[in-house]
Amino acid sequence: MADKIVLEIPRYSPERDVKPHFEEFEVPVHKEWVVLDALNYIKDQVDGSLTYRWSCRMGICGSCGMMVDGEPKLSCATFLSSYSRNGNKLRVEPLRYFPIIRDLVTELSDFLVKLKAVKPWLIRQEEPPLSEGEFLQTPEQLEQYKQYSMCINCTLCYAACPVVGLDPVFVGPAAIALAQRYNQDSRDQGAGDRMAVLAHPEGIWGCTFVGECTRVCPKHVDPAGAIQQYKLKAALDWVKSFVTPLGRKNTDVRREAAND
Amino acid sequence: MDASSHDVLLVGGGGAGLRAAIAAAEVNPKLSIAVVSKVYPMRSHTVSAEGGAAGVVKGDDSLDEHAYDTISGGDWLCDQDAVEAFVKEAPQELLQLERWGCPWSREPDGHIAVRAFGGMKRRRTWFAADKTGFHMLHTLFQTTLKFDPITRYDEWFVTKLLVDDGRVDGVVAIELMSGKIQAITAKAVILCTGGCGRVFPFTTNANIKNGDGMALAYRAGASLKDMEFVQYHPTGLPFTGILITEAARAEGGYLLNKDGYRYLQDYNLGKPQPNPVMRSMELGPRDRLSQAFVMEDQKGRTLATPYGSVVHLDLRHLGEKIINSKLPFVRELCLKYQNLDPVKELIPVRPVVHYMMGGVSTDMNGATPLAGLYAAGEVACVSINGANRLGSNSLSECLVFGARAGKAAALYAAEQKAADDKAMAQANDERKRLEAQFLHKQGGRERVATIREQMQKAIEKSAGIYREETSLAEGANKLFELQERYQDIVLDDRSRTFNTELEGALELGFMLDVAESIVQCALHRTESRGAHQRTDFPARDDENFLAHSLVFRKPDGSSRVEYLPVKVTRWAPGERVYGEQAPESPQQIPQAVPAGRAG
Repeated sequence: MADKIVLEIPRYSPERDVKPHFEEFEVPVHKEWVVLDALNYIKDQVDGSLTYRWSCRMGICGSCGMMVDGEPKLSCATFLSSYSRNGNKLRVEPLRYFPIIRDLVTELSDFLVKLKAVKPWLIRQEEPPLSEGEFLQTPEQLEQYKQYSMCINCTLCYAACPVVGLDPVFVGPAAIALAQRYNQDSRDQGAGDRMAVLAHPEGIWGCTFVGECTRVCPKHVDPAGAIQQYKLKAALDWVKSFVTPLGRKNTDVRREAAND
Repeated sequence: MDASSHDVLLVGGGGAGLRAAIAAAEVNPKLSIAVVSKVYPMRSHTVSAEGGAAGVVKGDDSLDEHAYDTISGGDWLCDQDAVEAFVKEAPQELLQLERWGCPWSREPDGHIAVRAFGGMKRRRTWFAADKTGFHMLHTLFQTTLKFDPITRYDEWFVTKLLVDDGRVDGVVAIELMSGKIQAITAKAVILCTGGCGRVFPFTTNANIKNGDGMALAYRAGASLKDMEFVQYHPTGLPFTGILITEAARAEGGYLLNKDGYRYLQDYNLGKPQPNPVMRSMELGPRDRLSQAFVMEDQKGRTLATPYGSVVHLDLRHLGEKIINSKLPFVRELCLKYQNLDPVKELIPVRPVVHYMMGGVSTDMNGATPLAGLYAAGEVACVSINGANRLGSNSLSECLVFGARAGKAAALYAAEQKAADDKAMAQANDERKRLEAQFLHKQGGRERVATIREQMQKAIEKSAGIYREETSLAEGANKLFELQERYQDIVLDDRSRTFNTELEGALELGFMLDVAESIVQCALHRTESRGAHQRTDFPARDDENFLAHSLVFRKPDGSSRVEYLPVKVTRWAPGERVYGEQAPESPQQIPQAVPAGRAG
């Protein structure tokens, strides 16, 4: 006989409610079940109006982030049994700091605007024809940016970041990590373009280095590290702007760096 | 009623859709391009693809060998002109993705690295560790952000294609956030909605893979091709159906029965060697490996679990270093979802529905016979996959045929006039239908989940790895009954705001149509070929079935099946040989026939 657990879920529909109210659902606990399985059980068997996002159920699409017992988690990668001591209740809430569309569904359009703002694409001054083959990149060069390329845009880091909570215009951990993913890529020449966005009070300087973003990341990306690297780079660039001889362009510096 | 208008409209924002959008924007920067997707594009199921993308790139390989592997792997049901175009363009497309920043795994000298894959005679599978689809999708998505002509409709669900006088004029879609139902007109529509694995109960496919595009095209009068060919991947985790990539075997993993014996040697797939041998044993094609599992199960040599019989995938001899560098996601998935460490433990696996070889029938440019309607990626059937797709061909297919369809649609759209008022009237009718059938419905007794579960059980029972007439006919009857009961569905949720129950009901409607097309095509094909194995017709029958099934929807909702001859250019149908006898190269195939022959 399966154990049971009670899920407490805030219900909210703008057509009906002024603010969210909690509802309780008793669900069975099977050893293989994750929190998402419990939500699917409720939706299929009990209340078809329960509203949440999910898709891949293997921790890679980034859809199903929620606050589980107060922590930002992927609900597909969080076992129900971790919370199911007898008589326990488990709170499952929408990700913190985002506007709520309905029940567990948060509004992401602002996040998408922030992602785009950091110009997350390969920027090149010249583009050789495809016939010249691939840009060479050694495994060591790949390693330089690889961890930053692992972000699945699940936004757990935004729900963990106290600065996001206080200052909604802060560009935020995932977007900064994504900028760093391209800046550190040996094929990219756009760091200067991105610095204009990030060396801004709403960019890296907003971060007070709490490190919660890195702690909650389900893919072991280190946004906090990216932000620190960035601050150092921005500070050095600022110093360099005084020592670089007049008439010397950034591209010359870059070329020299490439020849090192 | 609100409306918006574009030149080219993509339904779906996965690998094929985003590649098509960029292709259309590059062909003609003046065009307005819309990407309409029921999820944010980076959630699309391309994200889950693990092992890699095939494209000839190394000196020891050739386009002909890739073509031959693909055609023989597809049990000669591939259109060979399409395969030839595919293998030629795949390396260019993969290279283009490198230029856009895809973090491909590399050789020590900085060149692209390639790995072995099932059914492939040479190493030609490009990979980004074992998250290839994830990296390809995010690279494509991030690249689309720099194209101003591309407008995204994120989380809009398409319910219907607008068709007037044999021409597709756009779509009707629900904006999930607001519940607004509106027309989005376009001169050309490209379906890129992926597969339909969720028709089955046990699948690697994400919750969003409901055959939407297949059903949209089918209802609009286009035909579906080769729908009986459903690929079971041999290695899914029990219960979740999470895929353990073929790359695990390409790196040297073994498949073991309950006695620890590499059972594939008993199924004409070669002799076991310590290291992987191309086109042999664990690197045989997926259809043969999944069929071998069923045989092994019938001999009582698998292990019973609460979630069905399993065999074991053994990676332990690869060691922690190789597993961490080449298969990190496999380790992560096993640790997180199966609570075991493949460095030290055996992985329980069983065959799992993974991919649909069939789909919307298109030509080599993604065009359907319906003017203005295109399709690319898993939703389409060109056909390069024939009766069994080779692993790592589908990501490349998304790129090659996504780009082709994007270009073709852009050229077509530039010459068309905008849709007229008739489209708006149709959209209005569709809104009324959705309200009457679901949102304002009186009465009704059936739950979405009940019908969905019964459909999944029925199709697995009738159109699983092995099929026969009686069970297929029973499946067809059951699906007919479920179609009737579907009319009696009642929703708990009558809200406009992000109504996922309504979305689920509409997806179920799509899946019922797709399920019916699968069962009907399987009933009509009285032979065994590739992934379609009939126990009552165990042999391949080239005389009658070297042909694609085409299934059409009749006005009364039932289906009609026709056949279209396979296009053969240079490789006459032969025996599929794996293991030691596998031919060294296609030049040694004795039956090669002159180019251009069709039949």
